[in-house]
Amino acid sequence: MNFLKSEKNREYLWQVLFTLSIIAFFTFILRNTQSALDKQGIASGFSFLSQEAGFEIGESIIDFFSDDTYQLALLSGFLNTVKVAFIGNILALALGFIVGVTSLSDNYLVAKLSKFYVESIRNIPLILQLFFWYSIFTEVFPSVRSALNPIGGVYLSNRGLYLVSFSDHWFFNILPLIGILSVVAFFFFKKRSIKSLERTGVARKIFLPTLLFFILVSFALWLVAGLPRELSWPTLAGFNFEGGVHLSPEFSSLLIGLVLYTSAFNAEIVRAGILSVDHGQWEAASSLGLNKNQTLSLIVIPQALRVAIPPLISQVLNLTKNSSLAVAIGYPDFVSVANTSLNITGQAVELVLLIMLVYLSISLSTSLVMNIYNRSVTLKER
Amino acid sequence: MRTNILISFSMLCFVFAANAGTLDKIKKKGHVSCGVSQGLAGFSAPDGLGVWNGIDVDICRALAAAIFKDPKKVKFVSLSAQQRFTALQSGEIDILSRNTTNTLSRDTSLGLNFAPVIYYDGQGFMVRKKDGIKSAKDLSGASVCTQQGTTTELNLADYFRANRMKLKPVVFESNDEVTQAFLKGRCDALTTDASGLASERSKVKNPNDYIILPEIISKEPLAPAVRHGDDKWLDVVTWTVNALLTAEELGISSKNIDSFKKTRDPKIARFIGKTIGNGKALGLDEKWAYYIIKTVGNYSEIFERHVGKDSPLKLERGLNALWNKGGIMYSSPMR
Amino acid sequence: MFKSKALRTWCHKNLFNSKMNSFLSVVIVVILFKFLSYFYAWFVTNAVWIGDAAACREASGACVVFIKEKYNFILFGFYPRAEIYRPILCIVLLLSLVIYSSYEKNWKKCTLILWALLFLVSTILMGGGIFSLPIVESDQWGGLPLTLILSVVGIFVSYPLGIVLALGRRSKMPIIRIFSTCYIELIRGVPMISLLFMSSVMFPLFLPEGVVIDKIIRAQIAIIMFVCAYMAEVVRGGLQAIPRGQYEAAEALGLNYFQTMRLVILPQALKVVIPPTVNTVIGMFKDTSLVIIIALFDLMSTMKTALKDPEWLGFNVEGYIFIALIYFMFCFSMGKYSRTLEKKFNRKGTLT
Repeated sequence: MNFLKSEKNREYLWQVLFTLSIIAFFTFILRNTQSALDKQGIASGFSFLSQEAGFEIGESIIDFFSDDTYQLALLSGFLNTVKVAFIGNILALALGFIVGVTSLSDNYLVAKLSKFYVESIRNIPLILQLFFWYSIFTEVFPSVRSALNPIGGVYLSNRGLYLVSFSDHWFFNILPLIGILSVVAFFFFKKRSIKSLERTGVARKIFLPTLLFFILVSFALWLVAGLPRELSWPTLAGFNFEGGVHLSPEFSSLLIGLVLYTSAFNAEIVRAGILSVDHGQWEAASSLGLNKNQTLSLIVIPQALRVAIPPLISQVLNLTKNSSLAVAIGYPDFVSVANTSLNITGQAVELVLLIMLVYLSISLSTSLVMNIYNRSVTLKER
Repeated sequence: MRTNILISFSMLCFVFAANAGTLDKIKKKGHVSCGVSQGLAGFSAPDGLGVWNGIDVDICRALAAAIFKDPKKVKFVSLSAQQRFTALQSGEIDILSRNTTNTLSRDTSLGLNFAPVIYYDGQGFMVRKKDGIKSAKDLSGASVCTQQGTTTELNLADYFRANRMKLKPVVFESNDEVTQAFLKGRCDALTTDASGLASERSKVKNPNDYIILPEIISKEPLAPAVRHGDDKWLDVVTWTVNALLTAEELGISSKNIDSFKKTRDPKIARFIGKTIGNGKALGLDEKWAYYIIKTVGNYSEIFERHVGKDSPLKLERGLNALWNKGGIMYSSPMR
Repeated sequence: MFKSKALRTWCHKNLFNSKMNSFLSVVIVVILFKFLSYFYAWFVTNAVWIGDAAACREASGACVVFIKEKYNFILFGFYPRAEIYRPILCIVLLLSLVIYSSYEKNWKKCTLILWALLFLVSTILMGGGIFSLPIVESDQWGGLPLTLILSVVGIFVSYPLGIVLALGRRSKMPIIRIFSTCYIELIRGVPMISLLFMSSVMFPLFLPEGVVIDKIIRAQIAIIMFVCAYMAEVVRGGLQAIPRGQYEAAEALGLNYFQTMRLVILPQALKVVIPPTVNTVIGMFKDTSLVIIIALFDLMSTMKTALKDPEWLGFNVEGYIFIALIYFMFCFSMGKYSRTLEKKFNRKGTLT
């Protein structure tokens, strides 16, 4: 009994017992699963991934046909998830930011309206909101034959939104790349501006050079490309519109639902962040002669962001995870495609594990990137 | 000590794993667990009070009648398309009676065994009349609504691929969502089994606005499925289905079965258990077939009750008529 | 006269204090007016409050008759109509107990006993079988009662589990710490519906053959597995807020680990985190609506089923608004409560 007297030994014993019970638990589960599958001659393992999928996917970034493999089908679904999560997060952060700031407005109506927005959106389950937006799309908008055409090149029907777009020319395909480059340039100019502010006390302009950069680069490339001007107009051909950019009702309602829902949470975080900034900061700024907008953008928001960024990161992850509700309204995201594959192959264990694995890696990598960013923001404390 | 715990746990696994056959288990627990759909009119659908009705449902009731002499001893488990096979594999249900198509891959790699077909179906298309579509071949470029992960979805892709047509599938998890999306104009065409199309068409307010295209693009033999590796239980299910058909063939129905008590016809005598042997062979009461027909009815009664002329679905017997009446329903002899 | 002057100053101060604000105020008033008049027309003037489905299809406004016709089914699913007083009684009991427990003066052991009693009474009431109550099988429980069962049972099981996990994550024992951390991070990294899928298609395979767990219970397990990870993080926040001195003081008194936690640390830590705990509960209450994806008949599913009635097709908006209001009432009042507590704690500066 002396053995148990020492706290160290007791801790040791606890851990051994714990490990054993975990091992036993998993052995138990594995044995049962294995015997259930073996008994009925069900194939296990991931070899099905290279078989022909046999189903079509409604919308896909990469080319996918029914004679491609499950692998490709899942990849296509994954890209759809990334697409909605990426666009959704940008919009949700922007909207959340706006609502968060306006909820502190000194205009009674603006503040109350923002509050009302946040409270009503936050307290209703997301899946209900998704159903709601989807039914708005399919019930309120007219059929494709009598699509609404508010301005040239825009068609709105229960098949979604069709927009005029650039034709399929390499120049137009690399435009987004130039956009990304411009964002990089923006940070470069910002850094330069801060440096010059520190050295000479004069801040350099940031937005103008960025804009110039974007316009000049695009224009130069446009010249090189031989002045392509063709646009792709959506035209009614047969059953659907052909050409242009198509936003399906499934994608649109998922995006709207996710953005509105997450932005309400983001708004609360931004609001709390701003409130957390000491009142003295406001007073100090106004005594420096800054007006309210300047105070907000130069003094308060940078400090508020420091408080707000960690919870905003978890909202970014939440939106990404919540995009898995796409399966309820028929958008072919990763879960939806995995679900279809599961129905056909019956490989429940493998596919559910795959779903978890994919989301886990998205979550971990997003939080890694965001944490690096967060560190770069917090380190500025002097 | 570590090994001791492991060994005792493994023994625990063995204790649970040593199991009896499905039939014995059902007799012990006192009811049949029957996997059905989430609601497909005519096959398995709950009414407003939660009572299940349909052909698939009656197969389970017939099984309960054969085993317990009481068609009510069934517990229905409503399953999504996704859950149905796991539910069977894991033993949550004893029989999957959920308008499921018998295919090679399901029979083999999903570990199922199929009883005789209870309904021969085929996949078709429904479109809006005003769209002026006359044939499925006109559907290139159309948005087609279909249910996720079913053979329907695969057949659809196959058909469009074989005919080099462009397909825009819109898939949903549940059958009702598929239909609603079609009715609201999200899709140009709705595809599912022809019986399903008829069932959906029967439910809309103005059925004449919709037409069902003439093409049937697949074979869909719908059959109840049981777990692989329990032949005795498969026998019970197989012969329950056969009994329903045989009864119709012999002209025995729930209304007249009691009038055959003194029959001289050896076939009927065997059927109602006057001549003994069949029941014992299956591990059931000798009057098992009698109870099925007495309480649930023969195949024709079931068919007419749920999908036939007097039901909202108004389907013809067609392929599902008996072999001697122009169909292909054929029961092996019960002797 | 005085009043109108006060109103004018108020307006001036709150609505028209700058050009921008005046502009915004006018725009908002116009939009609000448009919206409200549209809503009034939809909900009152053009709505069908008495009539049938045909009248609804004719009218351009809301179909209130649809809700009147279906609310029984939406709220209680397939529960036998004659017995419907039983779930209603359960809900009333539950709500009264929730309100009773929300007062700080009632935070004591005997309240827990009341809760245990409630569980017992509710199970008997819902299931029947004794006291000459007809038996109602659990697959007929649906609608609001099912949503509430999933939530309440979820809270009562995941809360202690969350505490254990949080303590595990801060434990000195490496194996236990690593396990807890992995579990928490793993669960927080995956969407809830992947756990629900797991419960619906994988759990059955985990069990020995012949052992079957009802699918409501499997979904409940998935919800608990999910929520306890979030609870753990909330509790961990509370544990971190307790100053080291408290631990040292407890040790100086000669208390062992369990005594320290139970008597000194947890009572303080759990109290600090009541507001975020309530927020987690709100999140869970909303998340129970996801069980529609694995075909359980909770409030969301019964509403969707009601919408599918061929006789009443096309009244989605009415249905969605109806249950949105129900969810809103529950979540909003919980949120309000959490904010009140937060304020109270902040005002006191510290805890009592």
